[in-house]
Amino acid sequence: MSASPTIVADALAGSLVTVDPDPAHIVGSGGAIGALLRYWVGQQVSSRVPSSQFPLSTVAVNVIGSFALGLVVLAGAGESTLQLVGTGICGSFTTFSSFSVETVRLYERGDRARAIANAAGNLVCSLAAIGLAWALVAVTPL
Amino acid sequence: MAADHPLVRLETLALIAVGGFAGSNLRLFAMELFADVPSIVLVNAVGSTVLGFLVYEAEYTDHIGSRTRTVFATGFLSSLTTYSTFALQTAFAAGPLAIGGIVVANYGLGFAGVLMGRALARRLETPQPTGGETA
Repeated sequence: MSASPTIVADALAGSLVTVDPDPAHIVGSGGAIGALLRYWVGQQVSSRVPSSQFPLSTVAVNVIGSFALGLVVLAGAGESTLQLVGTGICGSFTTFSSFSVETVRLYERGDRARAIANAAGNLVCSLAAIGLAWALVAVTPL
Repeated sequence: MAADHPLVRLETLALIAVGGFAGSNLRLFAMELFADVPSIVLVNAVGSTVLGFLVYEAEYTDHIGSRTRTVFATGFLSSLTTYSTFALQTAFAAGPLAIGGIVVANYGLGFAGVLMGRALARRLETPQPTGGETA
């Protein structure tokens, strides 16, 4: 009635070896993880700093995500790692739509200095984070 | 209706995860169809337009449920659009002209998309025929 454990284990191991997941599944799984992580960061940050004042959680996810993407790309990760962590997790963790809507909303309600600071700050901090990732990879002996 | 019931929270998380799966896949599809830089500009502009519409629709007409909006925006749209790939493309761009072009294309079309979404949401705003309710 029930298959013996060794047969089941062999079948499982066999399927694990031969399994060749579609890039869409790898990226999608990473995307689900990234979206949940971003939601979690948003909850943590907005409970401390109200997002109506300054969209700090979007800056946080964009800078952290850019750093992580820089790290996996510059460290020369393999194709499926790039798909899972780069395109999937980091791609979904960071967001452009929230950033652009929040920037326009700051600007139209008269907080023009904050809007410009947000637009420039996201870019400068994300580029600095990629620079930091580059420095880390450069000094780490592989 | 307790919004913080464990099952409600689990439902929200599940919907965000599904949205993240679908959004990142659509971005992958765009990246396979178009070159690296234009594909990111495209998803960022489209995602900004739809999110702009959703946010201003909430302000003007508010037909869409707020939880649906949160889940769709947080799960799908924010996963469709991306900042990290854009930042990396900017960092690796060859020369100031390419850097400027990538930033101007993403920021310009992203902001223009939000304004387009806002204009679309305003078009849906129709005066209440009864006039009984004021917001």
